[in-house]
Amino acid sequence: MAGLVPAIVFSHLHRKMIMLLFLEQLLNGLQFGVTLLLMASGLTLIFGIMNLINLAHGSLFMVGAYVGATAIAHGSGFFLGLLAGVGAAALTGMVMEFVIMRRLYRRDHLDQVLATFGLILFFNEMVSILWGRQPIAMDPPEFLSGTVEFIPGAPYPAFRLAVIATGILVTGFLYFLVMKTRIGMWIRAGASNREMIGALGVNISLLYTLLFGFGAALAGLAGVMAAPFSAVQSGMGENILILTFVVIVIGGIGSIRGAVAGALLIGLTDTLGRVYIPDLMRLWLPPSVADGAGASLASMMIYILMAVVLAFRPRGLFQTHG
Amino acid sequence: MVKNISRQSWATLAIFVLLAVVPPVAHAFDNSFLITMFNRAVIYAVAAVGLDLIIGFGGMVSFGHAAFFGIGAYTAGILGTHAFDGSDFIFGWTGSNDAFVVWPLAMLVAAFFGLIIGLISLRTSGVYFIMITLAFAQLFYFFFVSLSQYGGEDGLSLWDRNAIPGLDLYDRDTFYYLCFAILLAVWFLLSRLVGSRFGRVIIGCKQNERRMRALGYDPLLYKLTAFCISAAIGGLAGALIANHSEFVSPGLLHWSRSGELMIIVILGGLGTLVGPIYGALTLFLMEESLVSFTEHWQVILGPVLILVVVFFRGGIVGFLKRPGKATARTGGDHG
Repeated sequence: MAGLVPAIVFSHLHRKMIMLLFLEQLLNGLQFGVTLLLMASGLTLIFGIMNLINLAHGSLFMVGAYVGATAIAHGSGFFLGLLAGVGAAALTGMVMEFVIMRRLYRRDHLDQVLATFGLILFFNEMVSILWGRQPIAMDPPEFLSGTVEFIPGAPYPAFRLAVIATGILVTGFLYFLVMKTRIGMWIRAGASNREMIGALGVNISLLYTLLFGFGAALAGLAGVMAAPFSAVQSGMGENILILTFVVIVIGGIGSIRGAVAGALLIGLTDTLGRVYIPDLMRLWLPPSVADGAGASLASMMIYILMAVVLAFRPRGLFQTHG
Repeated sequence: MVKNISRQSWATLAIFVLLAVVPPVAHAFDNSFLITMFNRAVIYAVAAVGLDLIIGFGGMVSFGHAAFFGIGAYTAGILGTHAFDGSDFIFGWTGSNDAFVVWPLAMLVAAFFGLIIGLISLRTSGVYFIMITLAFAQLFYFFFVSLSQYGGEDGLSLWDRNAIPGLDLYDRDTFYYLCFAILLAVWFLLSRLVGSRFGRVIIGCKQNERRMRALGYDPLLYKLTAFCISAAIGGLAGALIANHSEFVSPGLLHWSRSGELMIIVILGGLGTLVGPIYGALTLFLMEESLVSFTEHWQVILGPVLILVVVFFRGGIVGFLKRPGKATARTGGDHG
C-alpha cells in the first residue's frame, strides 16, 4: 500500500487517499486501544485496590475468547455467545479469587507473580486439552459484517466500529460505577485504606470477589471482541497481557485515567508504527533493509515508548499514591 | 541460628556431592541422557544463582532475566557463525570460537545491557520494576525475532562448540564437569560477595533504602552493580546453554523463560544461593517425570507451583533449614 513516500509527487487525489488510509489506521489503532483498555482497567483496578499482580488476567481473556467462539460456532448467535464468553470469564475469575487469590493479598508481589504464573500454565494447557492445539476461528456477526462509510470515501468495517463504541460505553460505565455509585465509593475507600473500610462494616471479601469477577468479565469481553481479529489459541492471553502491563505501567498503576491514556497511546503507537515505520525508513534505507529494520523497530516501539516514559516519570503518567 | 547455618551447609554439600557423582552413576545405569538432563539443570542453576543475588538479597524482582540469558547465547551463536564461515562480523573481525574469548564477551555484553536496563529500571521499584524488566526482555525478544540475518524466528545453529585447548567439549562428561565447575565457582564467588561489605549494603538497601542513603551509601550504585553482576552471570549461562544445545533461538528470551528462572529461585529457596541449585534440579526432574506421564504436564506443574507458593514458603532449602517455618522473604512494599 502507498504510504509516506515524498509528498511532492502526489496529485490531490493521492493526498486524499493517503489521508483516508491514515484515518483508517487511526481507527484501527483506536480499536486496538479499546481492547487494551478493557484489559487494563480490570487489571489496574485489581492492582490498585487489592494490591495484587495477576498474570492470569490474560487467561481470562483467553477463556472469554474460547467460550465465546465455541458458543457462536454452535449456533448460539452473537449476543448469547458474547454473554457466554463474558460470563465464563467472570465465573472463572471469581472461582480463581475464591480459591487462590485471597490467600495472596497479603503476600509480596513475588509470590503473586509465581502463583499466577502457575495459573497461566494450567489454563493454557487446559485449553489445549479441551480444544486441541489448533487455533479456532471466529467470524464477526452477520449484522456487523458489512462496512460503514461514516467518513466519506472510507468504508470502515462495522464490527470494528462496534468494538470501539462498546469500549467507550463500557469505560464510561466503569467511570460512573467507580466515581458515582456507593459500590464505587467503597472500592475507592478500600484502595486508600482496606482495614478502615472493613471496620466500617463493608463485607470486604465479598466486595473483592465481585470486583475480581468484574475485572474478569471485562477481560472476557475484550477476548470475545478480539477473537475475530486474531487466532483463538492457547497462549493468546499472554501476548495481550504483556501489552496490558505496558499500558498500566505507562498510565500509572491503579489509575483508570492512566489506563485510558496508556491504552490509547499504545494502541495508536503499535498500529501506526507497524504501518508507517517501514515506509518512513525507506526514505533513508534501501527497501530490503528498511522493511526488516522497520518491522523490527515497529514491534519494539511500544517498549521503547515505555522506557522513555518511565525514565522521566518512574510511576507513570498519572501516578496514584504518593 | 548456628544450627540453621550448619543445616544449610549440609544442604550445600549434599547437592554438590550429588551433582559430582551424576556422570559415573549415569554410566553405571548406562543412561547417558541423564547427564544431558542434569547438565541443562546445572546451566539453568548458574543463571538462577545469579538471579538470586538480585531477587533474594537485593529485593530487585527481575522478571526479564531471560534477556541476559538470550544475549549471552546469541553472543556465542553469532560469533561462532562468523568464525565458522569466515565472514566479517564487525570491523573486519570474523568472530571467534575460543571459549576464553566468547564466554567473557558474553558476560560483558550481557553486563553492558544490564547496565542500560538497570539504569532505567532501577529508577522504579516494586511492581513497576517487575513489569519494566519484563518489557525490556520483550524488547530483546522481538529484536532477535526480527534479526533475520541470524535466523530470525527460526534461530541459529551453532556449527561448533566453543573450544578450550586441551579439553574436548563434545565429550559429555567433560562438558558436564566444566559446567559444574563454573556453577561451583559462581556459587562460591557470590557467597563471598553477599558476605562482604558490598553484600551487606545490598541487603540493607532491600530492607530500607532511605536508611542506607542516610548512612552515606548510594543505593543506586550498589543495586546497579549487583544487577550487572547478575546479568553477566546470566550471559555466561546463556553461552553455556548455546554450547549445550548447539542452537540458539528467540525462545531463550521468551517471557516464560524469565518466569521459569524465577520459579527455580523461589522453589529452591530465596536468598540462599544454594537454593536455586535445588530448584533447578527439582524443576527439571519434575518436568521429565511429568512428561513421561502425560504430554499435558503443565496442567499438573501449574497447580504444583501454586501449592508451593501458598503452603511451602521458604522453598526447599527453607524447608531443610527449619521445617514448617517461613524464612527470609523479599519486601513486598512498593512505596
